[in-house]
Amino acid sequence: MPDGSMNQFVKIEGLKRYFDVSAPWLVRTLEGRPRQIVQAVDGIDIEIAKGETFSLVGESGCGKSTVARLVVGLYPPTAGSIEFDGNDMAGPRSRADMAALRRRMQMIFQDPYASLNPRWRVFDIVAEPIRAFGLAKDKADLENQVGERLRQVRLTPADGRKYPHEFSGGQRQRISIARALASHPEFLVCDEPTSALDVSVQAQILNLMVDLQRRLQLTYLFISHNLAVVYHISTRVGVMYLGRLVEVAPTDTLFMRPKHPYTRMLLDTIPDLDMTGRQRAPVAGEVPSPINPPSGCTFHPRCPFANERCKVERPKALPIEGGTVACHAIEEGRLGIEDRSYAGARE
Amino acid sequence: MAVSNNPPLLEVKNLRVEFPTRRGTLLAVDDVSFDIAPGEVLGVVGESGAGKSLTGNAIIGLLEPPGRIAGGEVKLEGRRIDNLPYEEMRKVRGAKIGAIFQDPLTSLNPLYSIGRQLVETIQTHLPLSASQARKRALDLLKEVGIPGAENRIDHYPHQFSGGMRQRVVIALALCADPRLIVADEPTTALDVSIQAQIIALLKRLCREHHTAVMLVTHDMGVIAETADRVAVMYAGRIAEIGPVRDVVKQAKHPYTKGLMGSIPSLGVRHDKLTQIDGAMPRLTEIPPGCAFNPRCTVRGQRCMVERPNLMSAGASRAACWLHDRGGVGAPVTKELVDA
Repeated sequence: MPDGSMNQFVKIEGLKRYFDVSAPWLVRTLEGRPRQIVQAVDGIDIEIAKGETFSLVGESGCGKSTVARLVVGLYPPTAGSIEFDGNDMAGPRSRADMAALRRRMQMIFQDPYASLNPRWRVFDIVAEPIRAFGLAKDKADLENQVGERLRQVRLTPADGRKYPHEFSGGQRQRISIARALASHPEFLVCDEPTSALDVSVQAQILNLMVDLQRRLQLTYLFISHNLAVVYHISTRVGVMYLGRLVEVAPTDTLFMRPKHPYTRMLLDTIPDLDMTGRQRAPVAGEVPSPINPPSGCTFHPRCPFANERCKVERPKALPIEGGTVACHAIEEGRLGIEDRSYAGARE
Repeated sequence: MAVSNNPPLLEVKNLRVEFPTRRGTLLAVDDVSFDIAPGEVLGVVGESGAGKSLTGNAIIGLLEPPGRIAGGEVKLEGRRIDNLPYEEMRKVRGAKIGAIFQDPLTSLNPLYSIGRQLVETIQTHLPLSASQARKRALDLLKEVGIPGAENRIDHYPHQFSGGMRQRVVIALALCADPRLIVADEPTTALDVSIQAQIIALLKRLCREHHTAVMLVTHDMGVIAETADRVAVMYAGRIAEIGPVRDVVKQAKHPYTKGLMGSIPSLGVRHDKLTQIDGAMPRLTEIPPGCAFNPRCTVRGQRCMVERPNLMSAGASRAACWLHDRGGVGAPVTKELVDA
C-alpha cells in the first residue's frame, strides 16, 4: 500500500503456510525418500482498508483458498502475522477476547451443498452463530434476529422451518450469507461464493453482496478464479501465483494497465462475450507443482521476459501506480507498461 | 437453418427425452430440433438442468437409463441413428461421432496406458495393424500438442496433468477421424489458462479435419469465442438459436437477454448486473404456456397459456411471442398472477 495513514482494517504480513505431504516416516526411511513440503502460501503481505473489497485471483493450486482459511483462523500460519483491527490474531489472550474478535469475522464457502448441515433446519443453521456468541436475550429475540437475517438475504422467516435440500443452489448460498451475517460481523471472507452457481443466479448473489456491503459497511476478502467477477466486485485486486502475490493494484489499474507478465497472461486468456471470433495466442505451459517450485521468480519457466536474474533471485514487491508488482523485468524497465483500455470504457 | 447449401451433417428433429419416475414421466428434452452443417461449430448453452447434456447424450446414444428417447429422430449424414441396436451404435460412435466429456480423469481408464487405449480405439474402427495403429496414436498425440509424445505414450492417465489429460481425450475422440464431435463441457474442469489452450486446440483441429462440433457448455464466453451458431436452452427446449454474434449482441428472447446481462464483462463495469429473478423451474413444475413466463419482465397473457415454438426473429429464431404477429397478448394483471 502507498502509505500507512490509511485505516488498515486487516493487515497480513509475511504470511506463510507450509503443508507436510511426506510419505510416512517408515516408508521414507526404508526407501530413502526426502520430506515433501507444499509451500501453499509463501510469504504474502496484504492490507485491507475498512469497507473495501479486496480480491485474490489465481488459478487452482495457487494458494488463494489457503489464505482465506488462514485469515479466519481455520489454519494456524507457519510464519507471519495477521492483524485484525489492530489486534494480532496470534497474540496471547483469553478465550473471551478471542471469541469477541472471531464474532467480527465470518466466512462464506464455495459449495452451498456441502457447507450447510442437511439435518438442521435453516432456522438452526442461521441461529447457531447467535447462540454460540450469546447474542440473543431470549427465544423471541432469537427468532426476531433470524427472521431479520433471512429477510436481509431476500428469503422469508417462514423459510426457517425448511431443510437445506428444499432450496436451490442460489437460495442455499443466501442461507450461507444469512448465517455469516448472524453475528453482525464487519469482515467477511468469501471463498469462491458464486463459482458453484449458474450465471443468472451468480448475478443475483453478487448484486446481493454489493447491496449488503453498502448497507452494513462490510469489508470483504473475496477469493475467486473468475476475473470478470473480480473486475465487477472489487476495489483492489491481488494476483497470486504459486503461493506468492505477484501483483496488487486498484481494480481499474490492474485491468487497464496490467504489469506483471502473469497478470497479462491471465487477462489474455479469459473468454469474453465481446471477443466473438477472436484469435488468441494461449500461453504455453501449466502451473508447476508447489512441492518443488521453480527457483527465483516462480513464474520464470512460463514467462516470455525471463532472464538469468529471474531464475535465481526472488523479486520483491515494489510500489507502482498505487499498487505493488513483484517482477524484475518491470523493475529494470525491460518490460514496458501497456495501456489496454477496453473498447466500451466503464460507466 | 444452416447457412451453407450442403446437406446438414446432423439433423435433430423434434427430439424428446423422458424419464419415467414414480411420480409420473418427466420430459427433460422437449421437442428440440436443430441441425449442424459439415465443419460447423454449434454451441449449446443453458443453465444446469436445461437439458443440454441430455441432448448431447441422446445424439451419441449414451442416455443413462431410465432416461430414453421418447420421440423425434436423429439423422447423421441422412441415416437415422437414434433407433440403431446397441452394437451398431457402438460402431457409429467413435467412427462417425467422437465424444469429449467434462472430466478427463473419468473418461480415461486408469489401468491402461494411454497408448494402449488409443491403439484399442483405433483398431476397433480402422483396419490397421498393431504397429500402424501405434504410429497413428503417436501422430495424434503429437497433433494435440503433448510434448515428448514418444515417451508419454506409455504413461498412465494419472501421470498427466488435467490439461494434458483433456488433450489425450481429444486425441481419443479423433482416432477414427469422425465427422462430428460432441463435446460436453470440455473445459469446465480446467483453469482459465489451460482452458484457452484447449479451446484453441479444438478450433484448430476442427478446421484442419473439417470436423463439425456440438459444443455443450454453460460458459457463454467459450461459446462466443468458438461457435459459429449457438442454441440457448431453457427448461428442456430451445429458447433461441442463431449466429453467435446475433445471439450475443442482439438477443431476441428475453431469457437470452437476461442471461447475457447477468454475465460480468471485462469491457464495461456496471453498478449492478442485470439479474433474472427466480430460478429455472424444476421438471416437475414447468408452468403452462412459455416455460420462462414467471421470470419474464415482458410477458403478456398469451405467454401464460400458449407455448411458443421457434419463430423467425431477425437473423435468429426465438421461441417468444414477441416475434409473432399476434404479440404477447394483453398485459398481465396482478389478480391473474395470484389466481
